[in-house]
Amino acid sequence: MRLAAESVSLGYGADPVVDQVSLEIPDGLTTVIVGANGCGKSTLLRGMARLLKPISGQVVLDGKAVHKQPTKTVAKTLGLMPQSPIAPEGITVVDLVGRGRQPHRGALQRWSAEDDAAVAEALELTDTLGLADRVVDELSGGQRQRVWVAMALAQQTDLLLLDEPTTFLDVAHQIDLLDLLHGLRETRGTTVVMVLHDLNLAARYADHLIAMSGGKIAATGRPADVVTAARVEEVFGLEAQIIHDPVSGTPLVVPIGRHHRPSAHPHAQGA
Amino acid sequence: MSITAPTEPTRAVDVVRKARRAPRRHHAYVVAVLAALLFGAFVARVLLGDYIITVPDFFRILGGAEIPGATFLLMSEKLPRAILGVLVGVAFGIAGAVFQSTLRNPLASPDIVGVSLGASASAVFAIVVLDLEGLALSVAAILGALAIAVAVRLVAGSDGSYRLVLVGVTAAAAMTAVVHYLFTRANEFDALLVLRWLTGALNGVTWPTIWILLGFLVVLIPALAWISRSAQALQLGPDVATGLGVSRRRTDLLLLLAVLLTALGVAAAGPVAFVAFVAGPISRALNGGRTTLVGAALVGAIVMVAGDYIADYAVPGVSFPVGVVTGAFGAPFLLWLLTRARR
Ligand SMILES: Nc1ncnc2c1ncn2[C@@H]1O[C@H](COP(=O)(O)OP(=O)(O)OP(=O)(O)O)[C@@H](O)[C@H]1O
Ligand SMILES: [Mg+2]
Repeated sequence: MRLAAESVSLGYGADPVVDQVSLEIPDGLTTVIVGANGCGKSTLLRGMARLLKPISGQVVLDGKAVHKQPTKTVAKTLGLMPQSPIAPEGITVVDLVGRGRQPHRGALQRWSAEDDAAVAEALELTDTLGLADRVVDELSGGQRQRVWVAMALAQQTDLLLLDEPTTFLDVAHQIDLLDLLHGLRETRGTTVVMVLHDLNLAARYADHLIAMSGGKIAATGRPADVVTAARVEEVFGLEAQIIHDPVSGTPLVVPIGRHHRPSAHPHAQGA
Repeated sequence: MSITAPTEPTRAVDVVRKARRAPRRHHAYVVAVLAALLFGAFVARVLLGDYIITVPDFFRILGGAEIPGATFLLMSEKLPRAILGVLVGVAFGIAGAVFQSTLRNPLASPDIVGVSLGASASAVFAIVVLDLEGLALSVAAILGALAIAVAVRLVAGSDGSYRLVLVGVTAAAAMTAVVHYLFTRANEFDALLVLRWLTGALNGVTWPTIWILLGFLVVLIPALAWISRSAQALQLGPDVATGLGVSRRRTDLLLLLAVLLTALGVAAAGPVAFVAFVAGPISRALNGGRTTLVGAALVGAIVMVAGDYIADYAVPGVSFPVGVVTGAFGAPFLLWLLTRARR
């Protein structure tokens, strides 16, 4: 395994937000991190992408502490899409996606045909080729999100970390994007690590699921093993029934809201 | 990357090429128009005014001819003033655009956050207390600008350009007070000198000043252009930039070079108000919202040269320093930007 955390603690002040977490990211597979708002998912992802220096412990990439490696070398191996990136004013879609080529270019090297091809491929994969000459500020939230994913794809890294890549997308584009990432695994052997909020999609697309709670890891493993009624209650404080997803065979979480509990349901009383 | 059917990918690549070309073509057009405007302002500044120098006379004087009155006026007043205007405008324009785009805040330009006035205060200190001039004065201005920049950065902390602007504006006010104080201590109180170091002016410039400034710019600007090319990613914010392998330290290096440019401009012409501040936004508005160093440099130079022309001849018989004019135009612009930022 190429990417791992060794009892790493991360935070923004004195108190760690992620507390002594150890984990291994399986190569060539899709790892999904789930957990309640504010439990430290983004913090963990940023730590693994060397955006935060660990308070203690270390993140290891290819056998060496990621913070001790030249950042440009890391950028050729590990790509990142943060949770809410901001595009500079007036930048066009091609130019933004083209920025993903930066790690592959020397300081004196010019833009090449290979760069054109990589950008074109990224735009096609994310269904944004038609937006190529548009200004990013003037796109819808979902279009913008896909453009940022395209930038990460243009970087052509073996490992790809994405923080909530599906947030602004409609249902069809959510599935498209997850299929696309799944396809990368097949065609390029890309290792994908992403944060998702939709437990059902997480269970469906993850080979490896990490559930976080209060800055620690609550459970890891195959979705079928991790997603249980007791775990969902523990991690999200949500009562739910787990059934079998008829399409994928993975666990399907059916939340029980306050109004749907048997006690709150007059007709269910007799049953 | 992978080899697929030949028709599909070629088409996509063509779309990418075409989309990449459009903004570059627009930029080339904007640069051409700005260059023409600058040329016009430069010619007006050199040839027109109370005493008009004809084009043939201009070339004859440059060739070494002595035309009573005209030669002196051109070689020791009009021409150096126009050239200095261009150089200082370029320095301020680039410095402003670098500050605004790397700090991602249109208010965070060196003339607003105290860097210019830091250079000014230090230069005045060097003149009044240490009796320095020439190159030593440039060095003093650079040290002052650096000191203020570092102090503002330390007090404001590294995150959030909003705090940086607040601290910077306070520092600028303090530096103005320092300049005022130093002039009360100067033995020969010269009103024009005060104006130069508080508002900025191009009059009375000497050729050595121009050569010193030009020498520095020829080294600094290519260095800055080179670094800013690889630091483009910084405009995407620190997280994405790090993800792309551009370290945050590049920001500091870029800002350092911009501080040097500001200080050199101030050492030559004083802290001409708002030139650095307006150059970026104006060139950006012309260029479809995209910041480029060439655009900002040209707008800075146009504002300086045209502003100086207006300052010199707008009111018959009175010659204002250029900073009065740029200040008068810049202040409403600042207000406009502030009201826009609130939305
Ligand atoms: N830049 C920051 N400065 C200080 N505290 C922060 C910062 N970013 C996050 N935190 C704190 O760290 C904790 C974890 O935040 P994090 O962003 O990792 O949560 P998350 O699991 O990604 O949540 P979400 O699902 O809402 O994205 C939160 O309590 C948050 O307030
Ligand atoms: Mg998050």
